[in-house]
Amino acid sequence: MRKSDPWLRASALVAYAFLYVPLAIVVVYSFNDSRLNAEWVGFTLDWYRKLAGDGAMIAAAGNSLVIGISASVVSTVLGTMAGVAMHRYRLRVLPLLILAPIAIPEILTGVSLLIFFVMLNVTLGLVSVAIAHITFCIGFVAIVVRARLAGMDETLTEAARDCGASPWNAFRYVTLPLIMPGVIAGALMAFTLSIDDFVITFFTAGAGTITLPLQIYSMIKISVTPEVNAVSTLLMLLTLVLIIAAARISPTLLRSTQESTS
Amino acid sequence: MVSGPPLAFLLVFFAAPTLIMVLASFRSPGEFGGLAPLVDASGRIDLNVDGYARLVTEPVFAQVFVKSAGYAALTTLVCLLLGYPLATLIARSAKKHRDLLLLLVILPFWSNFLIRIYAWMIILGPNAALARLVNRALAAFGADPVPLLFSAFAVLVCLVYVSLPFMVLPLYANLEKHDRTLLDAAQDLGANAWQRFWRITFPLSLPGVYAGAALVFIPALGVFAIPDILGGPDDTLIGNLIKQQFLETRDWPFGSVLSIVLTAAALALAGGATWVARRSGGASRA
Repeated sequence: MRKSDPWLRASALVAYAFLYVPLAIVVVYSFNDSRLNAEWVGFTLDWYRKLAGDGAMIAAAGNSLVIGISASVVSTVLGTMAGVAMHRYRLRVLPLLILAPIAIPEILTGVSLLIFFVMLNVTLGLVSVAIAHITFCIGFVAIVVRARLAGMDETLTEAARDCGASPWNAFRYVTLPLIMPGVIAGALMAFTLSIDDFVITFFTAGAGTITLPLQIYSMIKISVTPEVNAVSTLLMLLTLVLIIAAARISPTLLRSTQESTS
Repeated sequence: MVSGPPLAFLLVFFAAPTLIMVLASFRSPGEFGGLAPLVDASGRIDLNVDGYARLVTEPVFAQVFVKSAGYAALTTLVCLLLGYPLATLIARSAKKHRDLLLLLVILPFWSNFLIRIYAWMIILGPNAALARLVNRALAAFGADPVPLLFSAFAVLVCLVYVSLPFMVLPLYANLEKHDRTLLDAAQDLGANAWQRFWRITFPLSLPGVYAGAALVFIPALGVFAIPDILGGPDDTLIGNLIKQQFLETRDWPFGSVLSIVLTAAALALAGGATWVARRSGGASRA
């Protein structure tokens, strides 16, 4: 291997610093004994204590959890089906519908669902948010599952069918165990996307339902407070654990997210 | 058929809402927000192009579209300048390091969008070290202090920050496939580093550049949270305008008009980028 130019290393280092320093600052200041988020004063866990006693925040976290679990379960089932269908058949409409919610600006999915729910007299709340999250999570699950299927020996399923297994049994006992890592990774991704979503939730939640990102939004619109740093740190930790778990379960995850963006 | 349930779900909760929005853009705003009844008291069906006409006759809206396109273009350019060296470095590093280096680019994308905006509220805040440093420097030249937060600068920095991974990934995917012997051949024929880059690497990487540009430009065009939180009063972009129509003014038909024009622009750009990338990919292979 030839040596990289020093300027190349330097500029890549600048780019990595640009990506990580802001997040590091959020984490560091969550332990800072100062209201201002401006300079380091001293170590404290006060902001985490304050967080533990913040009823609104805990209620919001509960909502996020309920939405995240239901959205990831449904989108994993539907996304797995879509991934299998896209792998086996040359489809035209489904891939388009799967990728469109990911490709267009998020705000469009949010406002069109807002009109849709209000026109149908659906009360905005946990259910409308969960449905909205499922629409964009299906695509991510489908992409991961399809990538997993692409690396699999399809003749195994055919062999099972030749031996007399019904299509469902061939799927249940042969295909599904083989693609399980992809399915689990897809589920973890869907959960993470749901927990983190702000824009689409903002339009589909209505007035009464607050999720964690919505609560953070209303707090930072008023002022900067280290309590937000504390909840952000915890949320980042959760996301990090889930994504690393997903990447470990399905090493193709990294490659498939990369392929879906290229 | 296994594709049935996901297809049905997306037809109901994605395709139908999109069509309803198209229909809503031709209707009249309701008296108390939302939409007026489709069939009015005298039995006429109320469909019109007032919203689209407004877009043409009131120049303020065209200005917002142009401003949004400008912000998105600047974001794309800065991402390209920052992302190209990074993608090059990852593509050239040893195979066993590549996945880790790539993971480090993707990870910030998985952290909460609002947290990434909030981080810049802290960094650019009036009491933070950066603002004090900049304003001390400005004072030394006798200039008035400038706020960093709630400005176009804050919006652009944060746009670049959230978009960078989307530029690096397709660029890397392209650069990784390049045949190194082409560069060796060019070097043997006497091309210097600069010539090797501009006459071989860069033209070959154009499909990656177009893909990255589309992935950065399109979401940046429709962004609303970043200008909403970090922008000043002059940083109203299309996304903010759409949010206003739906949640504040409650003029849904006009909000739908703006959304449809944004969708059309996004689809046209995505289609255009795919077409250009395919063409340039074909040309470089020939």
